[in-house]
Amino acid sequence: MLKHIISAAALLVSSIALAAGPNIPLEKAPVDIRDTESLQRGFMLYQNYCLACHQMQYQRYARSFRDLNIPEELGMENLMFTGTRVGDHITNTMDPADAAEWFGDAIPDLTNVARVRGPNWIYTYLKSFYKDESRPFGVDNDVFPMVGMPHVLQELQGVPYKAYETRLVDGQETQVYVGIRTDGSGEMSEEEYDRAVADLVNYLVYTGEPYRLESERLGIKVLIFLAIFFVLAYLLKKEYWKDVD
Amino acid sequence: MKNLMNWIEYRLPVVEKMKIHMTQYPAPKNFNFWYFFGSLAIVVLVNQILTGIWLTMNYEPSAEGAFRSIEYIMRDVEYGWLLRYMHSTGASAFFVVVYLHMLRGMMYGSYQKPRELLWIFGMLIYLVLMAEAFMGYMLPWGQMSFWGAQVIISIFGVIPFIGDDLTLWIRGDYVISGATLNRFFALHVIALPLVLVILVFLHIMALHEVGSNNPDGIETKRDNDGTVPADAVSKFEFHDNFTKGGKKVIIDSIPFHPYYTVKDLVGLAGFLFLFAYVIFFMPEGGGYFLEAPNFELANPMKTPEHIAPVWYFTPFYAILRAVPNPLFGAVAMFAAILALALLPWIDRGKVRSVRYRCGLHKLNLVNFCISFVALGILGVLPATPLYTILSQLFSFTYFGFFILLWFYSKNENTKPLPERLT
Repeated sequence: MLKHIISAAALLVSSIALAAGPNIPLEKAPVDIRDTESLQRGFMLYQNYCLACHQMQYQRYARSFRDLNIPEELGMENLMFTGTRVGDHITNTMDPADAAEWFGDAIPDLTNVARVRGPNWIYTYLKSFYKDESRPFGVDNDVFPMVGMPHVLQELQGVPYKAYETRLVDGQETQVYVGIRTDGSGEMSEEEYDRAVADLVNYLVYTGEPYRLESERLGIKVLIFLAIFFVLAYLLKKEYWKDVD
Repeated sequence: MKNLMNWIEYRLPVVEKMKIHMTQYPAPKNFNFWYFFGSLAIVVLVNQILTGIWLTMNYEPSAEGAFRSIEYIMRDVEYGWLLRYMHSTGASAFFVVVYLHMLRGMMYGSYQKPRELLWIFGMLIYLVLMAEAFMGYMLPWGQMSFWGAQVIISIFGVIPFIGDDLTLWIRGDYVISGATLNRFFALHVIALPLVLVILVFLHIMALHEVGSNNPDGIETKRDNDGTVPADAVSKFEFHDNFTKGGKKVIIDSIPFHPYYTVKDLVGLAGFLFLFAYVIFFMPEGGGYFLEAPNFELANPMKTPEHIAPVWYFTPFYAILRAVPNPLFGAVAMFAAILALALLPWIDRGKVRSVRYRCGLHKLNLVNFCISFVALGILGVLPATPLYTILSQLFSFTYFGFFILLWFYSKNENTKPLPERLT
């Protein structure tokens, strides 16, 4: 019976994903928050390409430095573009009214974005910009159609465009969409860009729950304790219940 | 020391009460694992109260500060994340154990005479718990806090004549705002917990008055008229309250303490293992204990793509949506809860335990479980035409359980009851 309940509970808490908006299937982001070097690269990318618009107002510089093994002086010199003290939150000075005028909407804070959207969404989103001259910033996005954000990583990726190939389909020459390609003007190759996006997503997963690893370390100890406690409680019960026929 | 004890005992009979409710309280000896969930519910209640007190120390009940203060607790307060996850996971765990506890009562007929009042107190606890959970879910002031509350409060708006005024009165504002958050905070941290603790006390007092039922659903306190065989009489000493000074004999029973306290300890260890696993490794519960949109600050201008209440409300939410007319939908939803409360009178049977009831009752109970779980799943999903039809079907079978029960329980073809506990 217990088995049935557990499987029913598991059914309840899994599988049924909430419907979201993207037009394309999401790619799986290679997240590994134990990879400190990846987190450091992601932090650097965030400071250089995201922070100008997107605040991370619930995360403190000191926290990122400490968790990512970055010495404070080094971090303050190279990664701290806003704030004055190491304990400050990672904020920017953009006026929300200006932002609404420039981008058509309030700019979301990204501290918890990986918990709101999920890492796969962000990963695919950052790889799904393509050139579209009809949009205000010259780009659109398949994950977030009619997006109000410019492609800030364009200098890394190059100018992405939707590539089509002419193929024979049922005896007719047809234009078939084969994916997003770039014009090669970026600083990075395709693999390097994918890795950079993965690093950034990894960092965002970390900032969503900076205590994740601490939680799992403590969790193991608690589970081991409870397993031993279970055995002792069972033996105690058995001893007492000898009186009961 | 002895004198001091006597001095206290004379003025407040602590030892005497301890005997009545613990060391000389007779409990049937054949409780199975279904009987863990009552004591587990108390453990979860204590967990909620304690973690709640510590969360309150850093929480800020205002529309401007609530979301930020939760992040402050999660990131800057020492072990704040642990306190918060214990509390948020505890809310779901509370409903898990309460639902299993209620199912136990339904399986073994624990609501039947003379335990009707005990069942009613239980249902009141369940109602207050739902209100408590709903108001607690608003406090983080995330997107789901806001929009979930919007949906649930609007249910009261369908009541004719007073609906609009009633929703205004609940919100304390024309829209959900900081005023609503403040009053929900007050109700969540003091008013409802107080009521909950009093109801739990009454629930236990009512239980100890009539005594526990058991998986066989037979009476364990027999008249001392010489018909009870000597080997059936329990060898343990029980309080005079239960033996009525020798007028009753108690069969197949054991003192609650130490026998069931040590047994419940085993159940507690098993429960805590699962509970801790969720807290430390999957606190979001797959998006069902903490919903993803709630990690985003409430925004009255932006409706989430899909609003689903937290999982423990979804069976009733599915019934609400299954009825096309909002007023009748709300009526059906409340009727679904009322039907449970009226179970002692809907069930006209004399045999308590499902073990000795007719085959139709067994099937009907399975029907109830399937309907409830199916409605729970449907309540999470968007209301597509197919899902709406399924919700209607399972609402029908849900109410069908009670209607069928009323008819067949009157002259039910039951199995013979055993003389002793099995």
